[in-house]
Amino acid sequence: MSFNRKDLLGLEHLDKKEIQTIIDSARPFKDMFTRSIKKAPALVGKTVVNLFYEPSTRTRTSFEVASKRLSADVVSIATATSSVVKGESLVDTAKTLEAMKADIIIIRHTLAGTPELLAKNLNASIINAGDGFHEHPTQGLLDLFTMQEKKKKIEGLKVLLVGDILHSRVAKSNIWALTKFGAKVRVVGPPTLIPSRISELGVEVFYNLDEAIKDADVVNILRIQMERQQENLFPSIHEYVELYQVTKERLAKAKPDVLVMHPGPMNRGIEIDSEVADSPAAVINEQVTNGIAVRMSVLYLLAAARNKRKK
Amino acid sequence: MEILNSQQIDNEIEKLAKEISATNDDIENIAIIGIQTKGVNVAKRLSKKIKDIKKLTKEIPFGILDITLYRDDLQEAGADIPTIKDTDISFDVSNKNIILVDDVLYTGRTIRSALDVLKDLGRPKCIKLAVLVDRGYRELPIQPDYVGLIHHTKSRICVNMGDEISDADRVYVEETAE
Amino acid sequence: MLIQIKNIKITDPSTKTNKTGDIFIENGKIVEKLSGDADNVIDGKGKIAVPGLIDVHSHLREPGQEEKETIKTGTMAAAKGGITTVFCMPNTKPVTDNAPSVEYILMKAQKEGKVNVFPIGCITKGSQGKELAEIGILKKAGIVAVSDDGVPVANSQIMRRALEYTKMFNLAVISHCEDKELSRNGVMNAGKNSMIFGLRGIPNQSEEIMVSRDIMLCELTGGKLHIAHVSTAGSVELVRRAKKKGLNVTCETCPHYFSLTDDYVQNYDTNFKMNPPLRTQKDVDAIKEGLKDGTIDCIATDHAPHTQEEKCREFDSAPFGIIGFETLLSLTLNELVDKKVLTLEEAIAKMTVNPAKIFSLENRGSLKPGSIADITIIDLEHKYEFKKEDILSKSKNSPFIGRKFKGCAVMTIVGGKIVWTLKDGIIN
Repeated sequence: MSFNRKDLLGLEHLDKKEIQTIIDSARPFKDMFTRSIKKAPALVGKTVVNLFYEPSTRTRTSFEVASKRLSADVVSIATATSSVVKGESLVDTAKTLEAMKADIIIIRHTLAGTPELLAKNLNASIINAGDGFHEHPTQGLLDLFTMQEKKKKIEGLKVLLVGDILHSRVAKSNIWALTKFGAKVRVVGPPTLIPSRISELGVEVFYNLDEAIKDADVVNILRIQMERQQENLFPSIHEYVELYQVTKERLAKAKPDVLVMHPGPMNRGIEIDSEVADSPAAVINEQVTNGIAVRMSVLYLLAAARNKRKK
Repeated sequence: MEILNSQQIDNEIEKLAKEISATNDDIENIAIIGIQTKGVNVAKRLSKKIKDIKKLTKEIPFGILDITLYRDDLQEAGADIPTIKDTDISFDVSNKNIILVDDVLYTGRTIRSALDVLKDLGRPKCIKLAVLVDRGYRELPIQPDYVGLIHHTKSRICVNMGDEISDADRVYVEETAE
Repeated sequence: MLIQIKNIKITDPSTKTNKTGDIFIENGKIVEKLSGDADNVIDGKGKIAVPGLIDVHSHLREPGQEEKETIKTGTMAAAKGGITTVFCMPNTKPVTDNAPSVEYILMKAQKEGKVNVFPIGCITKGSQGKELAEIGILKKAGIVAVSDDGVPVANSQIMRRALEYTKMFNLAVISHCEDKELSRNGVMNAGKNSMIFGLRGIPNQSEEIMVSRDIMLCELTGGKLHIAHVSTAGSVELVRRAKKKGLNVTCETCPHYFSLTDDYVQNYDTNFKMNPPLRTQKDVDAIKEGLKDGTIDCIATDHAPHTQEEKCREFDSAPFGIIGFETLLSLTLNELVDKKVLTLEEAIAKMTVNPAKIFSLENRGSLKPGSIADITIIDLEHKYEFKKEDILSKSKNSPFIGRKFKGCAVMTIVGGKIVWTLKDGIIN
């Protein structure tokens, strides 16, 4: 099978085949969810640590559920309760966890590159659960999985990413995955929230949502962080809503069978109109389900690759 | 070395079907599950024959089962990364008389894993095992209830067959020992 | 002690000398000939003698941050790198904005230093950018320039006064050019790579805005401006134009700005984190062009030691800076001389006669008789790998660990004393 990596740090350096392998393995896991016992003993005896340096309910829970459904022992550590507050360095904290025989460490951090830092210093497999503005590979994978499920073919699909591209690791991982599969990716947002060199990644840049949304097959709406307004990146939430909220009227300009996606948690009434969030076009809850399947697949493949390397 | 040709395969399956039909009074309650991947075609052909023998009007409930995630060698060092295949059992296994079908029975470990999968899917009334070839050399206390050819060998046995009878079907022993 | 260095190729940009001959040292000075028989005859065959290298930009960390570096370890590293004079920046703890601090550094250097240590004083009190430091008193205590390195003077009026006031002492104002608002929270060059790596960027303009402001203030005041660690194509162009105008502006760059680009940040290795940050190939090319046409006067290290603990952190949290003493010469030889950007003479000039002239160092940067016998002996053929375990600096934060070099210093002579040789290491 074409997956033999120690860590999952991002989608930039995965090839199309590796990404497809992860998604293909996610499908049987998703089927498992319909059973009364949604569990398999594939990771019995393995220890998975969730090391979260940034508040997160969704991603942490998703990884926890995924680990448990594979029968791994899972421990979750959040910053407030860890020795981070006592001034221990990240590498030391992680090394302590490794000394406790953690096989896989899932890290979420506010700073980019922290998963790489751990990967360099530890033998445990590292999964990036979102690092700063860098990448959020499992989100990119679950988004791609959802699009493949609904649209079959990704090639030629017009996928629009709306909002704060500059600070979005979700956007970054989406762009890497989607462009490898031949999707036509568009980004839209105010110029202050779009990196000036983004078109070099093969995406089309728009500042006007009404134009960008035309004929879109998928609209993936990013969460807007309220604190960006204080950084003078846009004048007010009020103006942001006016220019970039995805409303029913705007969505009507997209393809009739458009998919609406959101990595969550949503700011209803800000980046997304409630009516859109609850419309049949929205697959936001499906994304959550697929997230668990994709994360199970990643855990399974990394654990299996570890065993293979032990030879 | 060929041990079964196309016709002989069909005969063995016919034999299994007859035995299953004869020993299961409650034929309405049986369900057939083939183990991925080679057990699936054996199970399909077996299912068809039982239906003919018993002159059933309804299809016998049929499922396929993948044991990858339940394998006991998954955590073994140096193991290749096994591809996870589909498990598709659309009926409720609880209270059913399950006929579990595989192509070749050897160590018994696959069957042990399959029993674990079934346990997670529900509580069958009973589970019986049917295999096309018994290769011997068991490592676990597992025995088939219905067996076609018995051919004890340490060499790998290959089964080439589809879900319909064909002249190309054959079962043979690989030359090199494992 | 009478020393004779025999049959050596002498390359002295100060006198445009390039010949094979002998060098004589007596009483710590270079002399025409010795008054008696030499006590020590050094065979210079196959080697090159150049004036001792002068590094106008370094951080020796003492006093206050001795866990990173001390005057002793820093000058040992310098000696190994063929550097005979280091200027040390005033961002010590406490900062060098008062005479006792300067005296302390000079006293320590006298006692424990292997090479000459020339302190740089603060421009403003506490490097706070608000009031001028007592520059006259600092000058008397022994500073060779003023700078608020690391914390640029944001207020244009203060910078203007500094450039005006220092005129009477003929002191250069070394400016760390950075618009801190524009570079806020930035940790690497702003560009395609920062976007991909998810790190906040420092745009070229944050440097160039201040370079251009300081050039304008230099024009306004007629003061002596030296721009530290030039890293962008735009800065090179601004200095080039200022020089064409005849302004009293000089500048330096560092080896990493002509040998590395921001591509190296890709593994989040904090040994590639420095300020200004590594830029793009376009900037590297412009730096080389600036070195070639004389726009850039000096090559300095910006030697900035940081401990392993500080550097083994998240890229954002790790401090800026890399060590540089031990790689200055080899990088200059391999990246500039071997690649035909500069001739050996031109390259050596940027580490000897040019800094001596800019900072008015008397009897240094030259091998002519009467000069202080600061001499670096180079073997252009010596091949080696730069290994972590060989580093003499107290800190090991170098992006060049593992790099293979050809050519380095094999002997360093400071004031007529051999302080280091490749064979024996540091000589006490």
